Amino acid sequence: MADKLKLEMVTPYKRVLSEDVDEITAPGFIGELGILPEHTPLLTTLKVGELSYKEGNETFHIAVNWGYLEVENNTVTVLVDTAERADEIDLARAKAALGRAEDALKGLSQEDKQYMIMEAALQRALIRIQVAGKNR
Amino acid sequence: MPSLKDIKKRIGSVKNTEQITKAMKMVAAAKLRRAQEAAVSARPYAEKLHSVVSHLAQSEEIDDQPLLKQRGTERALVVLMTADRGLCGGFNANVSKEAERFIRQNELGFSAIDLMIIGRKGRDFLKNRVGDNITKVHENITTDATYKTAQLIGQDVVDAYCEEKYDAVYVIYNAFQSAIVQIVTVERILPIQPQETEEVHEASLDYLYEPNQGVVLSQLLPKMVEVQLFRALLESNASEQGARMSSMDSASRNAADMIDKLTLQYNRARQAAITKELMEIISGAESIK
Repeated sequence: MADKLKLEMVTPYKRVLSEDVDEITAPGFIGELGILPEHTPLLTTLKVGELSYKEGNETFHIAVNWGYLEVENNTVTVLVDTAERADEIDLARAKAALGRAEDALKGLSQEDKQYMIMEAALQRALIRIQVAGKNR
Repeated sequence: MPSLKDIKKRIGSVKNTEQITKAMKMVAAAKLRRAQEAAVSARPYAEKLHSVVSHLAQSEEIDDQPLLKQRGTERALVVLMTADRGLCGGFNANVSKEAERFIRQNELGFSAIDLMIIGRKGRDFLKNRVGDNITKVHENITTDATYKTAQLIGQDVVDAYCEEKYDAVYVIYNAFQSAIVQIVTVERILPIQPQETEEVHEASLDYLYEPNQGVVLSQLLPKMVEVQLFRALLESNASEQGARMSSMDSASRNAADMIDKLTLQYNRARQAAITKELMEIISGAESIK
């Protein structure tokens, strides 16, 4: 029995991660899910959220955007639009984005097309701030 | 026979041209390196996505997925990728000609073909040839192609396809082979063709899907279109820089050859002038005697 998971994370711009890890927690489409070695094959889409993985005693957090996750033979492949580690996040920018999104949302009703877009932006900003707060 | 002054002037102007082409070559070389890196690092994502989609598409009954379903051959959309700027050899002309050929010959028998052009040069080239087919032109997006750009174009294309405005979507672009070789490529991006893979067929049966297969697939398929467009954009950009680099290199070489020739001509003319002057002086001195 394998006791490690191989985690591969890829964005359109580059391969972000390729590491052996012990445990992964991901923001699945219908809720948070944890993945341990010997997980059954799984394919799920991901929401905007925080993906974390444990390697030994250390836990790492990554802010991910829309994407999907595949588990097969102890290999976890994560394809996401963007992935940022805590130390890569520009906190000031995220806070500014949060402010902008909040302001925009106040002026919009739920039916507006813009509403969905701004809400997604709000989500992203919140996750970034949350992730940036951890780790360091 | 041009005068000494004329030749000197020409040498000067050719030298200026040479300097410019040399500088453009350097710039293109630097950009090429970056564009090439971007194209290479986008590859794993595209490959992974393609393999997952292909293997999903095999197991799922795909009839309710509009992006996979084969429809008739009524209307087609061609997305043509060119550059905004010229001076890059046959780069723009080659793809544009291919697009023109595609539309005129219409081998697959579409009743109408629309053309979406990325890059100013493609529009300039095709405006007077197949201008009626052009529906949209995007400019100034190729040099700094971000995923966002590809996403916007992709959503456009997918929406139009889902509304059944088009039955097939093709991309025509320069595939990057090496700095000096670009291959004009025609690719069909919609409906999506799943890869033929046999080994994963068994394993795919006992997959867990969240929330379910259909939803996963319907979210991944549009992504697939975006990624293909993104990849084509990056390749086209790398090809453009490569084409510019090699054409500017040969332009610099031609300029250097020309300078050599002109210098020779200049020296000859100078010598002739000196000889003539000497002869005049001598004959003048003779006549005084």
